[in-house]
Formats: sequence, C-alpha cells, structure tokens
Amino acid sequence: MTLNDSLSKNRESIINRWFDLIVDSYPQNTADFIKSEKNRFANPVGWIIKKGIEDIFEGIIQNKSDAQFFPILEDIIKIRAVQEFAPSEAISFIFLLKQALCEKVVIENNELFAIESKIDTLAGISLDIFMKCREKIEQLKANEDRVLKKSNS
Amino acid sequence: MAKEPKPQEIISQINYNPPQKSWMDIPVEMKEGMFCYGAKEKSLQTLDFPNVRSWSVLEEDWKLPEKWDKIVLEGIAERLKKYRSFKIFMDICVRCGACADKCHFFLGSGDPKNMPVLRAELLRSIYRKNFTAAGKILGKLAGARKLTLNVLKEWWYYFYQCSECRRCSVFCPYGIDTAEITIIARELLNLLGLNIEWIAGPAANCYLKGNHLGLEPHTIKNSIDFLVDEIEEKTGVRVSPTFNRKGAEILFVTPSGDLFADPGTYTCMGYLMLFHELGLDYTWSTYASEGGNFGFFTSMELAKRLNTKIYAEAKRLGVKWILGGECGHMWRVINQYMDTFNGPADFLEVPTSPITGTKFENAKSTKMTHISEFTADLIKHKKLNLDPRRNDHLKVTFHDSCNVARGMGMFEEPRYVIKNVCNHFYEMPENTIREKTFCCGSGSGLNASENMEMRLRGGLPRANAVKYVQEQYGVNMLACICAIDRAALPPLMNYWVPGVDVTGVTELVANALVMKGEKKRTTNLRGEDLSVEEKADV
Repeated sequence: MTLNDSLSKNRESIINRWFDLIVDSYPQNTADFIKSEKNRFANPVGWIIKKGIEDIFEGIIQNKSDAQFFPILEDIIKIRAVQEFAPSEAISFIFLLKQALCEKVVIENNELFAIESKIDTLAGISLDIFMKCREKIEQLKANEDRVLKKSNS
Repeated sequence: MAKEPKPQEIISQINYNPPQKSWMDIPVEMKEGMFCYGAKEKSLQTLDFPNVRSWSVLEEDWKLPEKWDKIVLEGIAERLKKYRSFKIFMDICVRCGACADKCHFFLGSGDPKNMPVLRAELLRSIYRKNFTAAGKILGKLAGARKLTLNVLKEWWYYFYQCSECRRCSVFCPYGIDTAEITIIARELLNLLGLNIEWIAGPAANCYLKGNHLGLEPHTIKNSIDFLVDEIEEKTGVRVSPTFNRKGAEILFVTPSGDLFADPGTYTCMGYLMLFHELGLDYTWSTYASEGGNFGFFTSMELAKRLNTKIYAEAKRLGVKWILGGECGHMWRVINQYMDTFNGPADFLEVPTSPITGTKFENAKSTKMTHISEFTADLIKHKKLNLDPRRNDHLKVTFHDSCNVARGMGMFEEPRYVIKNVCNHFYEMPENTIREKTFCCGSGSGLNASENMEMRLRGGLPRANAVKYVQEQYGVNMLACICAIDRAALPPLMNYWVPGVDVTGVTELVANALVMKGEKKRTTNLRGEDLSVEEKADV
C-alpha cells in the first residue's frame, strides 16, 4: 500500500487526531467546547480549524502545489495571528500532523522523507502567512491612528 | 436528527483528572494588543473623577489611593443597596454555563475568563467573601476569595474585554444581564481612577465640548459645510442645514463620528439629503452634538450627565421632539435608562412625523425617535421617490447593532428600509442576527487601535457569518445602523473578509433617493460610477 492509499484509508482517524492535538493547545474548558460544538457559527474557531485541516490533508493527498496551499492555510493562521501565539506556536499545528501520522499509519522509510518534507514546507508557508497577518494588523492600527491624529488636528 | 453518542463514546470522553489549576489560581497577565491604555490625568480631571494621576498599565504600581480595597468594598455595598438587579445577579447564578460559549470574545480568544459566567465570577467571588455568610466561613469552597491587587488588575483587564453587548443574557435562563455586572464593575474601578483613555478621553471631550471627538462649534459647521458641497457636486442640489436654531420643530442628534470619518460621513450626507428633500423643519446643535454616550461605559452618574445635555438643548431651542441618527448605545441609553436619568421629557411633544402624521407612541416618554423608524414610516406611506437600481452593484447584508437589537428590540425597520432601497439583500444565518446578533467586537468604548488583536478576536464570529454570505451570495456590502460599527467593521472586514465594505443604512437611502431638481447622477456618494439607466419618469 502506498502512503497516499494509507492516508486516504485512514483519513478520518488522522484528521480527528490532528484536530484534537491542535485543540488541546487551548485551556481545557475551551478545548472541550471547541471539540463538542459542531455549528459553524456557534463555534467559528473549531469549524475553521476542522475545515482547514481537512483541506490541507486533501491537498497533500492530491499533491497540490505550494501556491495552492496559501489560501487553504490562511484561514487558520489568521486566527492564530490574533490569539497571543508566538510565531513558532502559531504554526506548530502543522507539525502536529507528524504526530497524528505516527500514531495512525505506518510509513515506509522510503516515503518518510517525502511526507516530512511536505509538512516542513507547509510550516514555512505558514510562517510567511503569519508574518503577513501580523503586518496587516499593524497596518490596521496605523490607519486608525492616522484618522485619530486628523481628528485631533 | 443529531447523531446520539453511544454509551461507550460518552464514557470514553469522561476525564477523571481535575483541572490543573483553579481559575482563581491563575494570575492575570497584561498582554499587549489585548488592553487599552489607561485613562489620562487630564481626562479624569475634566470629569472630576477620583484619583487623578498619571499611570501606566504595564507598570507594577498603578498609584492607587490608600485603602483602595475599602473604597471598592464600600462601593459594592452601596450598589447592592441601590440596585436590586445587582444584588439578584450576584446571588442567583447557578453556573449552568448556558452563557459560557455565547460571548464573541470567548469564541474568538478561547480564554475561559472571557466566558460571561466566569467574567461575572471575578466580581461574584469578592461579593461572596465579603457579603455572604457562606463565603465568609467557607471561603474558596463557596467560590469566595479575598480582594487583592491581582484581583483588581484582573477585573480591569477582563471588564474592559466585555463590550456589554448582552448576547449572553439572551441565553441565560435566569435573565441575568452580564452587561450590568460589567457596568457595575467598571463603576467600581472608576472609584479608583481606573478607566481606559479611549473611554475617558471621549467622555471628557463630550462633557467639555458636547461631543466625543471634541469638535468645537465652528469645526462642526465647517465639517457639515464640506458635506453640503460634496452633496451639491454629486447631486446638483444645494442643501441648507441650520444650526442651534430656536423654534425649529425637530432637534437632530447623531454621533459625532458621522461628521468626521468615512464611511460615517456618507451616512451623514444621507441625513442632510433626506431632510432637505422632505423640507423638514429641523436643526443641528453644536452643543448637543453627540448622540453616543461614553459616560455609559464609565458610570451611571456620568451617563446621566452626558444624556442631560441633549434634553437641556431641546428645551433651550424650544423644539417639539428629537430625531436621532444611526447609533448603537445611544439608543440603549434612551430606551432603557433615559427615563430614569432625566425623564419623562414632559416639556416635549410625542414625536409625530410632519410628513405622514404618524405618531411614534413608542417614544411618548423619551420623545426621541430613531431615524430608521422615521424613514420606514416615510417609505410605507410612499413619501419618497426611490430608485433602488442605483444600489444594484451592491449585494447587501445587515448587521444588527447589539444595542439597537437587544437594547431596543428594533429588528424590522432597518430591514424594511434596506429592502426598499436595494434590490439585493441577503440575511446572515439565523443564530448570528436579530436578538442573537454578534457584536462587532469593539463596542462599549473598546474601539481603540492598541487593542486591535482583541477587537479582531471579538469580531471573528460576526466576520465568520459575513464570510458565509459572501461565499454563498457574493455579498459585498455590510449595512449597519451604529457609528461604532461604521468605525470598527471596516478593519474587521479588511482582515477577515476582504472585499466586503461597510455602510450606514441612510447612505443606501440617499443613493436611491431621487431628489427634486437633481442633476443626472453619475456617481454615488462615494464618488463611484453608477452604471444605472435612470428612471424614464425622472
């Protein structure tokens, strides 16, 4: 069985495990809520993370290009960028896929390098997006300060 | 039907480990981006508030008065006597958790102390310790704790992370109004001079000069004159508003933000055009030049002080009634508190539309009518010549402003107006609108720039619903009837849902309004090209 077959076959259990690992980085009360509430509008953070990692996983199986991962990763990272995470913590959700894979599938040595490299690349892209989000936040602050200055002049 | 979990699934989810730490044992940490700067000496002085001094949130020493804890406890005792609601809210919560996941700040931040129940516990725990027998004897076991400096800082941090939107109270089976708990907590903090500058500054401006921005009479007139020129350029019609005119039938009051910053200025142009077209006998005031009331985010006493000027000005000018513009908390103050503060306004008449004759009985005590009610009535009586095709490039959704929706119960009028001036209107999902509307994340004086991260977190649930209608229907315009929304939603959309702009409802009305003597309109009020063929009969 190739790695792709194995990923497809264990899709649900890998994604669920990956989701739990990410959500467990929140305080316990919060994590319980994020895991249990399924409504997109009552639980935006949980829904966006779940949808995001499903799309990332699908992208890996379909061998999407790096550029195609940008919009997929963006929604999750936008949230991480406003939630007090240090850059390394903000993108750590990508590396948690390694742990989920280790627990749920057996990966042959010759395929290990490829999947690890893909995850590392996604982490790099995530960092780029994180920095863009932070720049955007600073820009929003500066815009408001400018308007305020105008009102005081 | 929802999938019911099997017994094994439920059992496997039970966690037998107690939480690592009780919330009481987790000290507050002031994180930049999450709080607003402390109130300045000058602002506190203008308002004649206690403990005037220069201080910084990030410094250890907040320069509190001696025996600050005694001041707080006496403040609680006084308020328990004065407000029966406060006493009830302190006593009856059973911590069922129905409110816990309804707060936009909790949903966006994941911080458990943003759960309304836990935010209220920050204060309740001190109440129990000092005012209940169980709390005095059993202490922590009864959910009680001692008032310490760390508790005080925790209060400051989290009660200025509540936008008093009252979404949580909609879900409380006991009807506890968590916003009122925040209001009292902020009152207590203000006894020690612990406000934020974004509230204290505008409140001081309003107290001194009549409006939050601190605009002086000549600046107000200049700003409106500029908008008059803009209207003439776009429509060919010269409108002629009056200021401080005694004997006018109506006093018009709106938030000062509408005079100054986009997109509020377009809404303001809308007011000017609508009133001109109707030939309304109305006046602006450069004294009561603020509809909003940042005093309301500070203390009831200051809210009353700032509300008074509107009615004092109505009396001075001898108007018959007051028409209010698009604002959020201004309407909550009018609808829920004004009558106790300064009412009934018996020297005024029950608002009656001079155009349709409709008597607004709902405002018979406050004598103040909302622009959306006024406009909806005009449309219902076919008094406006409207061409909604001028808004055809817009796919509009409507954000219910918390205070107008939950604090006033107004849901239909703005929707009725929008549907008559726009051809493409789409609702956001049911659990995000009307009485369940999500806050913009910046209400109750939290729309500073230094807490942008907090605002973006708090605004995520609203933005998430906007994104849904953008994906489903191509929505590109978010309409609202609140000046804080008009200031706070643009950066929120810019970050979460690029491609969606923000408008006041009256701007949409003005764009669709066919005015007598107007030239062929080639642009809307924003100067954007209109590619609509004008009505044949115009």
